[in-house]
Amino acid sequence: MSDREPLFSAKNIKLLTEPLGENNPITVQVLGICSALAITVKMENSVVMAVSVMVVLAVSNVVISLLRNSIPPRIRIIVQLVVIATMVIVVDEILKAYAYEVSRQLSVFVGLIITNCILMGRLEAFAMGNKPWPSFLDGIGNAAGYGLILIIVAFFRELLGSGTFWGMKIIPDAWYDAGYQNNGLMILPPMALVTVGIIIWVQRGRNKNLVEDK
Amino acid sequence: MENLVNIFVKSVFIDNMIFAYFLGMCSYLAVSKTVKTSTGLGIAVVFVLGFTVPVDYLLQNYVLKAGALSWLSPGLADVDLSFLSFIMFIAVIASMVQLVEMVIEKFSPALYSSLGIFLPLIAVNCAILGGSLFMQERDYANIAEATAFGLGSGVGWFLAIIGIAAIREKIRYSNVPAPLRGLGITFIITGLMGIAFMSFMGIKL
Repeated sequence: MSDREPLFSAKNIKLLTEPLGENNPITVQVLGICSALAITVKMENSVVMAVSVMVVLAVSNVVISLLRNSIPPRIRIIVQLVVIATMVIVVDEILKAYAYEVSRQLSVFVGLIITNCILMGRLEAFAMGNKPWPSFLDGIGNAAGYGLILIIVAFFRELLGSGTFWGMKIIPDAWYDAGYQNNGLMILPPMALVTVGIIIWVQRGRNKNLVEDK
Repeated sequence: MENLVNIFVKSVFIDNMIFAYFLGMCSYLAVSKTVKTSTGLGIAVVFVLGFTVPVDYLLQNYVLKAGALSWLSPGLADVDLSFLSFIMFIAVIASMVQLVEMVIEKFSPALYSSLGIFLPLIAVNCAILGGSLFMQERDYANIAEATAFGLGSGVGWFLAIIGIAAIREKIRYSNVPAPLRGLGITFIITGLMGIAFMSFMGIKL
């Protein structure tokens, strides 16, 4: 271990920043869409969800990475599910204790972090073959990339759908008097899909490498 | 009986897994390239949901719920194991998927080979766990209702994936803007289909 690389070497920094943009879990890797769309009606819910996923992903990445040499390959999916499920139960109990209102609104989606593809995807693709510290950074990075999309989608849905930001009203009353109306459609589920579709469009329009072949 | 049909139709059209809750999106987006594979995956999901929801219903009501253990002995009446439900449900789902896989392999090898890799992957499909968690949250009155809900959700998912696969097969011939090609347009089409499905909202049977 004489040639230890520094904790924040260029490679490790890349693990953190790549998922924010060109390797984003939602728009590029297509992981974790299920929960990403359903809870983005309000900013608050999205931030809580993003933080929960970050905690679960970072910790389970580290745990699996520590165990990676002792897990028999045949039963690795069960082992991964047990680790994730345990973490999710912890997060769920904490949310119920300290943020009951949000936990009630997220309803089944906290539990569904278990089957969030980001978790299985990252554990399988990264933690099974890397040391704990890079796995930790990979977990934080991917959860941040996931959270980023969540927050962008929630920002637009809340702004256009309810005229609020983090529960505060920001569209002035004068606009409503002038005939402006909240777009009720933005609150409904289908618009989350369209919003993500537009984010993908913008991102791929800027970065030609990501464009899919016909 | 009327009640069961009601729950079934409601979970197929109104509370559609894909369009109302976005459950199982990952495999929905990944596998919907052709109608043939989507049919296979859809059938497998109907199977597994139809099995796991009733089993998890029994588990919920006779083991996990507060006071559910009182049939064992009155002393256990105040035991509440509901915090274990995630881990129990996912264990049931993983093992049911294995079981369904073995049963299909034994009795219908043709179906088995057409489902292929999708069967084991269903264990991590959010629609399955979501089905069990919604069943828990909505507190169905008896096992028949839970089964109707499970099957209905599966059929709803099946319809959704067949629909999008058919559209994706056709859209290959259209001139979609390059950055929107593939994933982007699929998202937007799903959104539009969702809006169409919303017209079922509010229907009482």
